[in-house]
Parts: sequence; structure tokens; C-alpha cells
Amino acid sequence: MKAIHYDSGRKMSELITAEPGLVLILQRMGLALGFGDKSIEQVCAQHGVSAEFFLLLCDIYTHEGFAPDRERILRTPMGQLVPYLRQSHDYYVLKRLPHIEHHLHHIAEHLSERVSTVLLRFFTLYKREVAEHFAHEEQLVFPHVERLQRGERDNTYRIDSFVEEHGDLEDKLSDLVQIIFKYLPEEATTDDAVDVVYDILQVSNDLNRHSVIEEKVLVPYVKQLEQEVCGR
Amino acid sequence: MKTRVLIIEPSEVVVAGMCTLLHEVSRFKVLEPVRDIRDAAQRVIASRPDVVLLNPTLVENLTDVLGDRHLPVVALVYQYVEQLKLRRYDGVVDIRESRGTIAETLIAATTAAANPAQPDGDTPAGYELSARETAVLVLVAKGLTNKEIAEQLHVSPHTVMSHRKNIVHKTGIRSVAGLTVYAMLHNLIDESTLI
Repeated sequence: MKAIHYDSGRKMSELITAEPGLVLILQRMGLALGFGDKSIEQVCAQHGVSAEFFLLLCDIYTHEGFAPDRERILRTPMGQLVPYLRQSHDYYVLKRLPHIEHHLHHIAEHLSERVSTVLLRFFTLYKREVAEHFAHEEQLVFPHVERLQRGERDNTYRIDSFVEEHGDLEDKLSDLVQIIFKYLPEEATTDDAVDVVYDILQVSNDLNRHSVIEEKVLVPYVKQLEQEVCGR
Repeated sequence: MKTRVLIIEPSEVVVAGMCTLLHEVSRFKVLEPVRDIRDAAQRVIASRPDVVLLNPTLVENLTDVLGDRHLPVVALVYQYVEQLKLRRYDGVVDIRESRGTIAETLIAATTAAANPAQPDGDTPAGYELSARETAVLVLVAKGLTNKEIAEQLHVSPHTVMSHRKNIVHKTGIRSVAGLTVYAMLHNLIDESTLI
């Protein structure tokens, strides 16, 4: 799938009305709401964000299975990429996961002690796994990218060793949905159960796009940078 | 109606053995086997099998044989094949396995393909775990590896793999941690067995 689906001359308000899910991207890129009739280009410029980069993210978010080709990656300014990825990590860890956990605690009140223990333990281990995965990226991968972007040779890491673990992270969320859907005793399937499933589906979808950005944008982009800066 | 099985395998001995074995199971109709992989795509179209039993070392991509058809394909294994490759199959049959196990794997693969996971609540009988699968599930939940489970149950690691695949298909749960929760919810294990 290719082609740019959005035009930066279009009004930002129209874009967000058509694809409300994109407010998440606005938030992570520090693009404030209240943009009146300004175009996408104008809103981005006002906040020092590249409209091309913003639209690349919009394409990935709204078109399932979309991956940019090499040419588009090369011509898109990527200064905002690492900050964006860091923001998304914070969004999962500081906002979404605590929210899900809160609901799970409510559900657990309706379960026997042994079952609630094992359910909450599942989630605690999951959170730990997410935290470790993100920490690896934030401490090793992102600083490497930032050094390359400043034109510094950096041999501490190679993007070839980028370990993709999001698949596993998505699997576990999907397991949690299955357990709540199919296997919880009836008395525990309260409104909280519905809320938590809804929440998880949203996070799963977001996490899926997050891995597309890392695999299909970050990895090829950094490969290219490594070649340019380190000459191989 | 009988389940039509198409064997794609170059070795005459293996083909003959497999045919003999499957002929004894009345629910199978064994189609004329394919010995040359180059004929495979053509024969899949012509003979309309319900399940294909294929030596995984013969092909890189299943689409080379299947085209755009959706058919269950079971790997026929008698030498080392990477696990990664086997994951693309709907089941794994090791020629050293018993007739019963081989038949079970073929039937499971065919049934699974005929009844793709339904999101609604009613659970057809085919979604209940078998006694063997339950045994495997309990050991998985306890944190044992495939190899350890195989040793404990006296079956091949391939059989364990195929049970695990069925468990994932039937429960909809992929991770070990998730299966542990499932096992607890169904009173198959208790806290003391958790590590």
C-alpha cells in the first residue's frame, strides 16, 4: 500500500473529525487543540513539527497494514521520531496500564482469592515485561539514534540487533481479553469487565501501530543513518 | 464423508508406510500420493484433498503448493526441521508416532480448518480440551519446556508441539502466563504448583 492519503493543505479540524483516533498523535507531538481553521501545515509549523512526519504517522495509524516505502522514509524529516516514541511509551506506562490495572482490581473483588491472585499476578508480570522492553529501547536504542542524528559516530549499538518483542506484548493483552471474555465466572463480569476489554482493545491497536513505526520506520531509517554516519 | 488425504513425499518407503497406516483408519481416504514436488500444485487442484500431508523440507512457501487455497497442511517429519518452519503448519506428524496419534493430528488439523474460531459464546464439542491436551496444558502452566513435557508423557516433542497448537486454538490463549491463569480458573492446578 502506498500513496499519501492526506494533504497538508487540508484543514486540521477536518482531518481530526474524519479520524478522531488521531488526537492521540496530536497529544504526543504537543500539538494543542483549538486549531480553528488552520491547515495541517500551519498547525504543525506553529509547533515546530514537520507536517510530513506528522502525516506519515497519520497514514500508519489510519491504514491498517500500511508501511512507507524507502523513498518516503528518506525524504521525511525524522527529528521528531524518538521524542514521539518516548511519548508513546509514557502514555502506555503512565496512563493506559494503570487504568487497566485499576479496573482489574475491581474485577478481582468478585473473584475468589486464589483466582484474583493469579489474575493480578499475570498483569503485574505483564507490566514488568513492558517496562523492561521500553527501558531497553530508551536506554540503548534511542540514545544511539540521537547520537547518529547529531552526526556522531556511535559503535555502542547496531540497529540490526533491534529485538522485536511487541508481538509478545500484544499476545499477552489478547490473552487477557480472552480470559475476561470467555473464562471469568459470571459474577465477575461487571461493567468493569466491559470497560477493561474496551481499554485493552484500544491499547492493543495502539501498540500494534507503535510496532509498525518501530519496525517499518525506525529500523530502516537508522540503518540508513548508520551507513551515512559510520560509513558502512 | 471421508477425509481426503493427499501425501506429498519423495521417499517411497515413507509413502508406502504412511498409506498402509492411514488405510487402516476408515475415516481417511488416501489419494494417489505425489512423489515429485513439481507435480504438487497441479495435483492439489486436481484431487481436491481435505488435508495435505507434506514433507516440509520440500518447499519454502506453502503457497508454492497451495496457490491461494486455504487447506490444512500437516508437516510430515522424519528428520530435523526448524521449529520456526513448522509453526506455519496446521499440525506435525512424526513418522515414529503411533497410528492413533497420527490420525488424531490429521483430524485435529482438518476440523480446526473447517471450524475457524468463532467469537460467540457457544462452545462446540471440538473446543473442549482432550485429556491429553489437558495434561500438556497443566505441564505448560507449571513452566515445563516442550522437551521436558515430552519426556514426562512419553511422546515426541513434535506431538507436544501439536497439542500446544491445539490448546492455543481452542482456548484462544497464547502465552504461558495466560495459560497458567486458564489452568487456575479451571481448577487444573493450584497455587502450590506455581513457580
